[in-house]
Amino acid sequence: MSTASISRRRSPGDVIFAAAAYGCGVFVLVLLGAIIVSLFVGGLPALSHFGPAFLWHTTWNPVTQTFGAGVPIFGTLVTSLLALVIAVPLAFGIAFYLTEIAPEWVRRPVGTAIELLAAIPSIIYGMWGFFVIVPIMSQYVMPTLTDWLGDVPLIGGLFSGPPFGTGLLTAALILAVMVIPFIAATMRDVFLTVPPVYKESAYGVGCTTWEVMRSIVIPYTRVSVVGGIMLGLGRALGETMAVTFVIGNANRIATSLFDPGNTIASLVALEFPESPAGSLKLSSLLALGFILFVISFIVLAVSRFLLRARSA
Amino acid sequence: MRLLMSALAASLVGAVAMAQAPATQAQEITGAGSSFAAPIYGKWAEASQATTGIKLNYQPIGSGGGINQINNRTVDFGASDMPVAADKLAQNHLLQFPTVIGGVVLAINVPGVETNKLKLDGELLADIYLGKITKWNDKRIAEMNNGLKLPNLAIAPVYRADGSGTTFVFTDYLSLVNADWKAKVGSSTSVNWPLGTGAKGSDGVAATVKRVPGGIGYVESAYAIQNHLTTTQLRNKAGSFVVPSMESFAAAAASADWSKVQNFAIDLNDQPGAKSWPIESATFVLLPTDPKDPAQNGKVMNFFDWGFSHGNDIATNLLYVPLPESVHNAIRAEWKAKAPGAPK
Repeated sequence: MSTASISRRRSPGDVIFAAAAYGCGVFVLVLLGAIIVSLFVGGLPALSHFGPAFLWHTTWNPVTQTFGAGVPIFGTLVTSLLALVIAVPLAFGIAFYLTEIAPEWVRRPVGTAIELLAAIPSIIYGMWGFFVIVPIMSQYVMPTLTDWLGDVPLIGGLFSGPPFGTGLLTAALILAVMVIPFIAATMRDVFLTVPPVYKESAYGVGCTTWEVMRSIVIPYTRVSVVGGIMLGLGRALGETMAVTFVIGNANRIATSLFDPGNTIASLVALEFPESPAGSLKLSSLLALGFILFVISFIVLAVSRFLLRARSA
Repeated sequence: MRLLMSALAASLVGAVAMAQAPATQAQEITGAGSSFAAPIYGKWAEASQATTGIKLNYQPIGSGGGINQINNRTVDFGASDMPVAADKLAQNHLLQFPTVIGGVVLAINVPGVETNKLKLDGELLADIYLGKITKWNDKRIAEMNNGLKLPNLAIAPVYRADGSGTTFVFTDYLSLVNADWKAKVGSSTSVNWPLGTGAKGSDGVAATVKRVPGGIGYVESAYAIQNHLTTTQLRNKAGSFVVPSMESFAAAAASADWSKVQNFAIDLNDQPGAKSWPIESATFVLLPTDPKDPAQNGKVMNFFDWGFSHGNDIATNLLYVPLPESVHNAIRAEWKAKAPGAPK
């Protein structure tokens, strides 16, 4: 039967359904485009007023109407990258355990539990961070780190300052907990894509579990693993509520990991309600939103590209 | 992404609100803005509904949002903790009047210092937030507090991280009493704090101060009293030290000269009077002078008229300070003069 005869038999219902489905697909793209455009247009007055210096200027002063994105961009990147430094080894351990070491009956419940972690609303992480983690940080972790590392040359400065409990390090910790499920789940899934015959051959020639991991699984899945990490990075960049609670909310460049800072998403959430329509401040916030959108878009696009490379 | 979601949600809500506006029940009034004033407006609405038949739909979205919404006329009235400038009022055809007063007090966490024992003044406070005074046993604090045992502990200033009318009142006070503060930082709903850490909302500030030894932060008086925070005395303009209380807040409101200001845009900070609490502010309502529907405008005024006549006890119970009676009458006169639909 030729395709022509199939298409001839298409009922009006099919055509309408196809058009509706097509419309839904286009709608998402239009929506995405509209959001980018409206953020850009909204932020244009600030971008043209401050010029490219908006990107690295570190003053955020509503009184003098001087706004720069330097501090929130710095805070966003530092907390997200620090979160990855903490989260990636842990997520790797989880995925390694679940795919290679754990007995069969453990894999499913533990795997589900990790996926459930991803479903916890961020406000819960924020409150948990503020009421549980922050006091622990200010009473135990920060003073101890200052004692141990505060006098070490070069890095000592990173571990000094008053132990408020909030700050970049705490924000990164909370973010790490939040992105672990994403990275671990992706790593587990890509580790499972390694053809069993490769692993069996390696075990056959006498490799240990770690050697199989290092020499077979990781090289085979390297690109996808990086894709999964980028996925976690994308989530960390845009996280708002949990970070707002614990980062200390100061628009100054932090010189210590204990110093308070700010992220783009957090600053926008905090300042939005008190920004009059048409003001330079509102425009600056929209410009910040645009910058965050572009950063997240790039990170997620790279992650999609890397995750797709293997399966294609 | 979250931002986008909330922006989308906000625009959806806006669209829905606009679509619904013509269909709203004849007796419902809508307002948006100050979250500081939300509890009292809610209680007034609850108590007055039986007599006035007016139902209030109030959204505490923040003063800035309230001003935006009334400028766009998506609500019947806007509410702001910060008086709006006269030219902006004229430009957007708005009338402004205060409703209740609230104080701002200092919460501290200094081991060994009980509530309302520590004495401070605006000058010291500004220097603490500027980083010029960094220890609780600083000579200048010790001189003011003869006999009080102060620890050798770093001062950890805490401020509101979210844009807030409370921050405006506090920074406005510091600007009034400390020239250096005015030059370096200034006053606004959010400012460029030279040091310290931010926390979200009064509850966030209070929790941070409670947790960090040496902490100091500013919170709304109602919140401080309800939660039994450790507060301080302050020296007022007359030079006497006062304890934060309903009496001292009312004293400042009473000693203010309301007749000299336009649009009731009075600054209640640093008022004269031996018993006056130095940091406080009124919260304001913005009403159109060119309403699409004067009857709707009238209902808003009926509602606040009820609040002024019958709502003082409710306000006091919620730890707001009612306006002096003379101001209530001045507001009623202003309504008759400027707002279409004013109650007879």
